[in-house]
Amino acid sequence: MGYLELRGISKSYVRNARAPSQANGKLPVLRDVNLNIDENEFVCVVGRSGSGKTTLISLIAGLIESDLGEILLEGKPIDGPSPDRGVVFQNYSLLPWMTVFENVYLAVDAVGRNLAKAEKRERTEHYIRLVNLSAAMKKVPRELSGGMRQRVAVARGLAMDPKVLLLDEPFSALDALTRATLQEELGRIWMATRKTVVMITNDIDEAILLADSIYTLAPGPGATLGPAVRVDAPHPRSRAQLGGAPGYQRVRRETVSLLVTGGKDRAGHGTPAQGGIALN
Amino acid sequence: MEKRFDSAALFLPIMGVSLVLLIWTGLSLKVAPDLPTPLRTWYESQNYILNPFFKDGEMNQGILRFSFLSLIRVAKGFLLAIAIGTPLGFLLGVSTNFNRAFDPVIQVLRPISPLAWLPLGLVIFKQSEPAALFTIAICAMWPTVINTAMGVRSISTEYLNVGRVLKLSPMKKLRKIMIPATLPYMFTGYRLSLGMAWLVIVAAEMLTGSPGLGGFLWQEYNSLVYSHILLSVLTIGLIGFGLDRLMSVVERRFKTA
Repeated sequence: MGYLELRGISKSYVRNARAPSQANGKLPVLRDVNLNIDENEFVCVVGRSGSGKTTLISLIAGLIESDLGEILLEGKPIDGPSPDRGVVFQNYSLLPWMTVFENVYLAVDAVGRNLAKAEKRERTEHYIRLVNLSAAMKKVPRELSGGMRQRVAVARGLAMDPKVLLLDEPFSALDALTRATLQEELGRIWMATRKTVVMITNDIDEAILLADSIYTLAPGPGATLGPAVRVDAPHPRSRAQLGGAPGYQRVRRETVSLLVTGGKDRAGHGTPAQGGIALN
Repeated sequence: MEKRFDSAALFLPIMGVSLVLLIWTGLSLKVAPDLPTPLRTWYESQNYILNPFFKDGEMNQGILRFSFLSLIRVAKGFLLAIAIGTPLGFLLGVSTNFNRAFDPVIQVLRPISPLAWLPLGLVIFKQSEPAALFTIAICAMWPTVINTAMGVRSISTEYLNVGRVLKLSPMKKLRKIMIPATLPYMFTGYRLSLGMAWLVIVAAEMLTGSPGLGGFLWQEYNSLVYSHILLSVLTIGLIGFGLDRLMSVVERRFKTA
């Protein structure tokens, strides 16, 4: 049994009345999604836009409910949203009327109500330091660049001290250079905290750089997860290191092919593909 | 912003004002002989303007004294309006059922003129001062109610989701997320409400005969001193304009996002 487990999750949305191609008027987004994640594992779910990635993360976060199936954390079914599944939202969702410190403090305060004020302050500063934003502590989100805002969102996610950290395409709105920096930094932060992470992304290289296992979400409607592709390279990884590694191209090819056939190719279901990257 | 001196910005308003004064003079000379000319208005009013704080009986005071009395009355009515209107708007925005129940009532009460509320206020309170405050409050409250409700309804789901993931208590959610997110809308409501309260003051004072700009205006109409009507009208306009500027400065301070 995994640490975080998704069993037969299906989710449909009510379809637009003007496009009645589906008989029951419902648009299936996810169909029979099964996922087993170990503690301290970094998992990436890769899919194209519109494949139900955000739906998947919202389900795990408890922000929406599935039609079928259940989600278990440490063997117990989840019940609505909770800080034990901290979310870093795609568009940061920082509160614009609060400073960086206050945004992170809100999370520290929410999970540690009984702590002394000084202790809460200390923790808040710790998480801000972890994402290298100590200098911007007193600034409001409006004064920060996109990359800095996303760092604040990551700090807030970590400040919830979650059992599982959920990242919903955290870097998709950033320019390529900032994205590359933040990806490597996330790897470093993960090394320091060793949280269980589920990250949604549309960037295969990002997934290979960070994840222990990559799952593909075949294009919807009715998307389902393909088998895991293992990335067995030691952390922390760097782009330069990975590019020349022998297994890299194979992992990449495998992921791409799963992205194309994934949901429909039931033959491969359940048997993890072997795709270790040998790094020296 | 352009720092360079713009002569048109100074010249055009002066021209506009001059044109209006010209039309006014023409009207009083040719069309309405009872309407004092601008010059005569100035001569007959200068004591009120040059000695703005004199007091010679309840209904004969300097213009700033009258303004002060009216402003105090408006401030009371306005505070009452936002004290009732803000929570009411919040409830309407938060609860669909509350909105369904009370929206029709509000839509019916909203267009009622102060002239209609005032007699009702006199019936209820038997005294002119509380009746005036009642009228100001009930007429001025609607922009606050409607803007606050709209602000609450348009709180981004993103912010609310943050509250849900953190499992904030209802009080915390209100203080840390809902109120700050609604604040810009509330202040737009407050600005419009203050404008409305200032509109209502004249009607309220005229009907109750209370000392203030509106009361003075009505008394001078009855005593046939028409230039003082114009003095009151212009003062009311200038103060109303000043209040609106003041409130938009405050309003801009609360635009967060």
